[in-house]
Amino acid sequence: MINKIVQSMADAMADIKDGSTVLLAGFGAVGQPNVLIDGLIEQGAKDLTVACNNAGTGHIGLARLMELGRVRKIVCSFPRSSDPVVFETLYRAGKIELEIVPQGTLAERMRAAGAGVPAFFTATGVGTKMAVGKEHREIEGRTYILENALYGDLGLVEAWEADRWGNLTYKLAGRNFNPIVAMASKLTVVQTQHVRELGDIDPDHIVTPGIFVDRVLHVPYGDPSGF
Amino acid sequence: MSGSAVADFKPFSRTQMALRVANDIPEGWYVNLGIGIPTAVADHVPLDREVIFHSENGVLGMGPAPEKDKIEPWLINAGKQYITLRPGGSMCHHADSFSMIRGGHLDLCVLGAFQVADNGDIANWATSENDTAPAVGGAMDLAAGAKRLWVLMEHTTKDGSPKLVTKCTYPLTAPAAVKRVYTNLATIDVTERGFVVLSMAPGLTFENLQAKTEAKLHLPA
Repeated sequence: MINKIVQSMADAMADIKDGSTVLLAGFGAVGQPNVLIDGLIEQGAKDLTVACNNAGTGHIGLARLMELGRVRKIVCSFPRSSDPVVFETLYRAGKIELEIVPQGTLAERMRAAGAGVPAFFTATGVGTKMAVGKEHREIEGRTYILENALYGDLGLVEAWEADRWGNLTYKLAGRNFNPIVAMASKLTVVQTQHVRELGDIDPDHIVTPGIFVDRVLHVPYGDPSGF
Repeated sequence: MSGSAVADFKPFSRTQMALRVANDIPEGWYVNLGIGIPTAVADHVPLDREVIFHSENGVLGMGPAPEKDKIEPWLINAGKQYITLRPGGSMCHHADSFSMIRGGHLDLCVLGAFQVADNGDIANWATSENDTAPAVGGAMDLAAGAKRLWVLMEHTTKDGSPKLVTKCTYPLTAPAAVKRVYTNLATIDVTERGFVVLSMAPGLTFENLQAKTEAKLHLPA
């Protein structure tokens, strides 16, 4: 019997190695797997590269992970937030590397990784400093730059519902990066608000099929708040 | 004394600026509004004119802000403000949301900007080459991907420096992308001739507008 539901955070975070690339879903606090981030803090892996749309808020979650000196590099589109104090302090002190990526390129790099596409051409960033050092190609009269897929050793996801096969649904804007983080990561760990019996989620409503999911932890924390 | 004769014109207010953009959006368009002043454009499109607003975080068919007691905590826009969903609204993941943008499916994007050049170059994401923590978000995707890019911004900086320039001095968001600029002083198309003035704030002369603009302005042919 397949059962991807784990009973403890220790099981959810087992065998995560130093130096991993971690893809972190969420847009602001909505759809962000905050409890799993706390689990990663507890687990202790360091020298991490973290890809996430934002670079943390206040002193909690991703910001806390960075503050503890566990993040070597952050890949994101919008490092500013309502309270980006930890990131900005580390960045100014030269203690964290930043790779700034246009948001659509960040998303597409994850989807490409999940789809077995090692790189793709895009018009986004052409003629800007994002294009410096990248391969350019003209295709049917328009210039594009080559962007590489972004693979995760670990992907952290927040779902609304999950079953023991790892099938997932999401709630409203909580979907955001979650499905593509699940696709792009070698080890995908999910926190879910609700656990359903196998067969109880309408197959037409499953957004992420379980093939993209490895571990599911039941975390019924309620609604997101604060960004 | 109420100022000199030169200043005897009335700039458009922020509300009027947003209204002027809204009036030019026809029914049926799919539209993304950037954060800042452009967000207010949606408030001026009447609900019976069906314009479908897209938010980059996977929302299509965004409605007005909710009343305080009807907030849905799982529904936010790109500016991370609470929103509503109109009947017919839908959700998608980030890569599909940006496929709408990058795949050329949006009829219009309205962005704010620091500078626009008369060849359509836009600079709106960083104010120096060495920004302490540059934040690009979805601006480059929107500028490169939407069918039309309009800019909504003040005509000059707070200290009076022109924002409509011959060449952007700030880092570019996209080259040759802007089709039209709405400012507190004028509506200006970006054409092969450069900036063409479509309309001006009441009482403003073409010469006065030119004096506040670095790049050369043209009258419609």
